[in-house]
Amino acid sequence: MSQYADWFYLIAAILFILALRGLSSPLGARQGNLYGMIGMAISIVITYLMTPNAANFLLFGALIAGGAIGAYRAKTVEMTQMPETVAMMHSLVGLAAVLIAVAAIFHEGVQHDGIHRFELFLGCFIGAITFTASVVAYLKLAGKAGSKPLKGNWVKPLQAGLALVMIGFGTHYFITENITSFLAMTAVALVLGYFLIAPIGGGDMPVVVSMLNSYSGWAAAGIGFTLNNSVLIICGSLVGSSGAILSYIMCKAMNRSLLNVIFGGMGTGAEAGPAAGSGVQKNYKSGSPDDAAFLMSNADSVVIVPGYGLAVARAQHALQEFASLLAEKGVKVRYAIHPVAGRMPGHMNVLLAEAEVPYENVLEMEEINSDFATTDVVLIIGANDVVNPAAKNDPASPIYGMPILEANKARTILVVKRSMATGYAGLDNDLFYMDKSMMIFGDAKKVVEDMIKGLH
Amino acid sequence: MAEIPFVTIFTVFVLAIFVGYHVVWNVTPALHTPLMAVTNAISGIIIVGAMLHTVQVGSGEELKLGLSTWLGALAVFLASINIFGGFLVTERMLEMFKKKKK
Repeated sequence: MSQYADWFYLIAAILFILALRGLSSPLGARQGNLYGMIGMAISIVITYLMTPNAANFLLFGALIAGGAIGAYRAKTVEMTQMPETVAMMHSLVGLAAVLIAVAAIFHEGVQHDGIHRFELFLGCFIGAITFTASVVAYLKLAGKAGSKPLKGNWVKPLQAGLALVMIGFGTHYFITENITSFLAMTAVALVLGYFLIAPIGGGDMPVVVSMLNSYSGWAAAGIGFTLNNSVLIICGSLVGSSGAILSYIMCKAMNRSLLNVIFGGMGTGAEAGPAAGSGVQKNYKSGSPDDAAFLMSNADSVVIVPGYGLAVARAQHALQEFASLLAEKGVKVRYAIHPVAGRMPGHMNVLLAEAEVPYENVLEMEEINSDFATTDVVLIIGANDVVNPAAKNDPASPIYGMPILEANKARTILVVKRSMATGYAGLDNDLFYMDKSMMIFGDAKKVVEDMIKGLH
Repeated sequence: MAEIPFVTIFTVFVLAIFVGYHVVWNVTPALHTPLMAVTNAISGIIIVGAMLHTVQVGSGEELKLGLSTWLGALAVFLASINIFGGFLVTERMLEMFKKKKK
């Protein structure tokens, strides 16, 4: 059987590539997902057939128990909880990689040559770092640990020290085949994973989740090298490059470098300077949901800018109801999504899709920015920094250079907000004080529901 | 299996990164969350490595469950959470993107 296995692995690898390829449009995506499932089924069946003396009871017990838990989680998870769910899944891949590497070390009657030992070292330490790092990311995203970063002058030397100790143990294992050194290396890598993510603020978690997505792929590839298994290496590389690209996109959307995110910087809100123009009392207009509903029902075009505050207030369904009522009155309603609008890449798109917003009406930043100047009303809900014109106009601003949705160019700006408090970057937003802006204070869901009443 | 030269398998690795790079840049930003979920499922391919250790060790009549067998089974368990959870949650999300075609 095993002489044919690689042919089947090749078919599986092609199916996995098609699964990712399908995601280039919502139309082909489900078929792609089906290809992915078939690829996985082929890989599992073929691997089983070429495994002599399989411990069947354990193997199938583990497969069924894991499958049941995974399926249950997939059916019940709230879409707002996707970031922490994904982080949790990264940690599982990391831990599995560690277990497999340790199992290989203890597997009786197997000798590990030099290059093999090096590969085990790589797969195991990347897996161990992915595991604990993802657990920390999970706890921060799920709100089970404070989102405040771990701070202090000792953090960076500690990270460097742990990395050196880990490499030291790894090298010792590589030279002497000492199993204790291998286990010590793994333990240090686990601790290092914790200290790599603990210093990163909750606001930077979208980047971290993408980065750990990448790590989990490299861990799988590392294990693939130890087994000389092509499908593992191909899948690991696909996932690794996917996560790397997503991290890059997220960093670009926040105008940060990856190194800046990893090794601290802003992202905490705490050290952001005093609000721009502090000391000067600036005037803003505020209005009622009725006023807002009236303005929008008389407009030709409305662009809605949703931020994470919308999802926190669970207002997306009410918002879609409001948008379809407007559309019935002949208003052209569209949504504008900033890449960091949610808590992970593409998160806001999923939240809107769940609220049955047609995806044709949901536009990315580059698609919509040139349209703001000809838009009558822009409605900003639960977003702040992503529409702050300071990112374009004020070189002194900490967010200067970050790409924004140019809502300030619209004819009328409506902002739904709880209060005049600052956003995640801790910055004041000049958009709120423009003559054509109107603030509507209150809980997003309540405000949107009142706007719906205002339309009748 | 061990006779494959390292450079051959490394070639596969490098070329797969290129394929991943080009395929993923084509993914529409609206589907980046499903992309992460499905890559989670695909990382579950690590189950292949886990299964190869979930075997009885020893020889002939003295087949038994070793430490590596248990570690392998635990890894199978974790990877199958990812496989089933990842593909099914992706399916659920993609369903949402489909159904509002009016």
